[in-house]
Amino acid sequence: MLALLILIPILAAAAILLGAPSRSTAMVAAVLNLALGFYAALTWRADWNSSLQVFETPDIHLAFGFISGVSAVMVLLTVIVTLAAVMSGKAPEGRERLYFASSLLIAAGALGAFISTDLFFFYAFHELALIPTFLMIGLLGRGERTQAAWKITIYLAFGSIVLLAGLVWLASLAGTFSIPEMRTAAATGTLVIPVATQTSIAFLLIVGFGTLISLFPFHSWAAPAYASAPAPTAMLHAGVLKKFGLYGLLLIAVPLVPAGMAALLVPLLVLLLGNIIWVGYVTVNQKRLDLMLGNSSVMHMGYIFLAIAALVADPTNTLAIPAAAVLMFAHGASIALLFALTDKIERRTGTLELADLGGLAKAAPSLAFLFGLAGMASIGLPGLANFAGEVLVFLATFQNFAPAEGFGPVQIATIISLWGVVLSALYMLRAFRRTFQGPELPAFARVADLHWCEKIAPVLLALPLLAVGVYPNLLLSLLRGSLS
Amino acid sequence: MPAFYLEALTVLLGLGLLMFDAFGPATNKKLVGVAAVLGLTTILAASFFAVGPASAPDAYWAKWSMWQFYQLDGTAQFFKAFALVCTILVILMAIDYRPMLVKFTSEAGREAGTGEYYALPVLACAGMMWMASARDLVSIFVALELVTITFYVLVAYMRRNVGSLEAGVKYLILGALSTGFLVYGIAWIYGMTGTTNLAEISLRLANTAQPVPLVPLLFGIALVLVALGFKVGAVPMQIWIPDVYQGAPSPTTAFLSVGSKAAGFVVLIHFLEPFLAHELTRGPVLTILGLLAAVTLLFGNLAAIPQSNFKRLLAYSSIAHAGFLLLALATGALGTATSLAAWQVVSFYLATYLLMTLAAFFILNLVRIQRGAEDLAAFNGLGKTNPVLALALTLVMAALAGVPLTAGFVGKFLVFQLAVVAGLWWGVVIAFIGVAAGFYYYLKVVRAMYWNAPADGQKPIATPPITRVVLIVLCAAIVIFGVIPMPVLRAINWHSAAAAQVVADPR
Repeated sequence: MLALLILIPILAAAAILLGAPSRSTAMVAAVLNLALGFYAALTWRADWNSSLQVFETPDIHLAFGFISGVSAVMVLLTVIVTLAAVMSGKAPEGRERLYFASSLLIAAGALGAFISTDLFFFYAFHELALIPTFLMIGLLGRGERTQAAWKITIYLAFGSIVLLAGLVWLASLAGTFSIPEMRTAAATGTLVIPVATQTSIAFLLIVGFGTLISLFPFHSWAAPAYASAPAPTAMLHAGVLKKFGLYGLLLIAVPLVPAGMAALLVPLLVLLLGNIIWVGYVTVNQKRLDLMLGNSSVMHMGYIFLAIAALVADPTNTLAIPAAAVLMFAHGASIALLFALTDKIERRTGTLELADLGGLAKAAPSLAFLFGLAGMASIGLPGLANFAGEVLVFLATFQNFAPAEGFGPVQIATIISLWGVVLSALYMLRAFRRTFQGPELPAFARVADLHWCEKIAPVLLALPLLAVGVYPNLLLSLLRGSLS
Repeated sequence: MPAFYLEALTVLLGLGLLMFDAFGPATNKKLVGVAAVLGLTTILAASFFAVGPASAPDAYWAKWSMWQFYQLDGTAQFFKAFALVCTILVILMAIDYRPMLVKFTSEAGREAGTGEYYALPVLACAGMMWMASARDLVSIFVALELVTITFYVLVAYMRRNVGSLEAGVKYLILGALSTGFLVYGIAWIYGMTGTTNLAEISLRLANTAQPVPLVPLLFGIALVLVALGFKVGAVPMQIWIPDVYQGAPSPTTAFLSVGSKAAGFVVLIHFLEPFLAHELTRGPVLTILGLLAAVTLLFGNLAAIPQSNFKRLLAYSSIAHAGFLLLALATGALGTATSLAAWQVVSFYLATYLLMTLAAFFILNLVRIQRGAEDLAAFNGLGKTNPVLALALTLVMAALAGVPLTAGFVGKFLVFQLAVVAGLWWGVVIAFIGVAAGFYYYLKVVRAMYWNAPADGQKPIATPPITRVVLIVLCAAIVIFGVIPMPVLRAINWHSAAAAQVVADPR
């Protein structure tokens, strides 16, 4: 039954390409998937798992199931963002089929990656999602779309290939492609990999997954790609698909090659500080709203990496996985909301240059409110989901901290990375002020506020941010069952 | 039915078709093609009932001396079916290619001179089927020549087209050169081992009391590898490929790039078997293969990047794919419980390669005939004028590039797995460079179809029924085998599994 989560969007996409009414088919599929995804994530029915052998040597299965609570959280995030992405954004005249079919295919690929329990399909579904991403940016994007499309294609193809090498190596050592089997073997000590090999695999996985997550210094594809991508693509990629890499590091790299990851801990910390501090400064200097959001999304990856680093440094850390999961969910929802609203701003004003914008709050108060909410969420205002995630990350890095031994590398990195919070507040508040506050510009006096039906998608994304922010246990309870 | 009846039937079919061409209706040669397809389909069905010894003949089989140089193991069985399927598809392609053939063979509008074009592939098919079973250097040579000489005619078939004639001359000269290398190499190997039978060569190598002189033997092996390198398109023996592929009639090009290459690889697999089984020659032979694989991968993929002619692009792509196949062979993998043997991976890869490449050529022919050009520019705006056809070509290109959930990815994945397991890290790195370059040049076609606007007044391309049905089948197979590749593996292992059962159950 879990397979339906993938089948519904794929079949809907095929139907759209063959001539079904595009928008309504996509909406029906997304709503169905939302219901199905919620039910699956909340109930965890074992009889919904399925497995079909598709190859004998090596033994590959088309197998679906939840690997851990993180899978359930990611499925929830995906179905929510998918519905919001399909609802927001406006397809260009004559390209509706491509527009909606691609969005559904990206969603199907992301869901496939998060519910595959076989390494082969885990990888394959993610790649399936990348192709429509490239097409959407290249065909329907804005500005320098061809260049942005080639850049993201080359970077992500490179990352995927490096990743494939690491995964194949890992699978050939483990003798199986089943992720749960590998994790059990590693946990029970039946899978022993020499440290030197582990380090090489960990290097390949960090570079491979890292490129997909826009880890510094492999991040420069992200901001231009998001800036020129159509809104649903930016929402789905930044919100959901990018989490694939983090998910892989968290559930595959850290449990299976712990010693290798530990050997690379300090370089990893340096790189993630690059994300937080270096990219943070780059973000502060952005002059366009979309580029600023793209860079801020790159920057926030650093905090999730920090949770992963905490887990690497101390495999017994009980807070790191929940912290990463909550922050992934929160970041996904908030960045998707921001990209959705940015699209609305551009459609109303025709520009995203911060210098040209201003005073929109008067004409469009609910747009301003929702944007403010999402912006505050993304910089970690208490009461919103990102705050819960970031606090958990910082707590995780200090779990089992012995003051007598002094600061370890993770703690030092945490202290430096706290400056990032200041940087985010700086750029996000400035962007909000330049866009919505100040004197009302005559050109924007007649800008329309959000129509009620335009509010559904943003509210759909804002509600979980609030709910998880106020009561994080909503998500944490999903994880707890799997931790035992 | 003894297995070699299949080849005999195929040759008879070819001769019968020639008679039919000579004495049948002079104006409609489509019938010859249809008859060839029906005949080959019958032989394909019959091939499942063929019997023969899978290894050196035992007392029962030894009564017939034929089995001394002809065997029917898993590889042979699979590649016979492969050659038949490939030939059937090529002849189907040729039937829809008639407008071009007619244009360049005799006076406009008359099909009179085009009948042999459906009969000759059948004869080449007989050669390929024989190559799959040949276990003696002499019978390998004879079968190879049957294929090569048939191709001399097929390449130069459009005799009023300068490009086709030029291609014919180039193929003739370089083909003859490679024949020379092959004979010379066989002579050296015979001189060192005293036999041309591959099974006896293996026995001779196993006799360590009188070791075979290594350097002269390696010289002979290298010469044979050069000759087979011509067939499969390995660098530096690839120079003929772009020009010949571009000039030859498209069905011939498709046949060369799938059938001829596959036959070259099956001979390579069988020829290398004794030399890889013995420590004496295993190391040096794997080194040679590794070198060939590395330069072929690099050259094929990098030289494909600047191409602007689709047919030439497919030519370089075929060199690139040969590189992947050679890399699989260079691992020398013998197969374990969790990974396949090199020959199985090569067979699998070739099966997926057949689907993708023939589909690409079917679409190329439509564009060539109806838009009059083979340049990438001829594909401009196909996404607007023919959305479904463009989607099919996108799928095919994605499969050739190795996008997951297409058959092309599974083949590449298996090659990578072999390379990783064998620890050939340089091979993995070079193959990765190749894949990355492949993404660029295959997606160039996709870009032309969707990014670029069609020329003014461009009409949609009409799809004739044969091409349409074949394309639907091929595209469906690309997707299905990309998600569930098991049937292909079953087909490869089918005969070996049956043979193993017979051994286990000696009734």
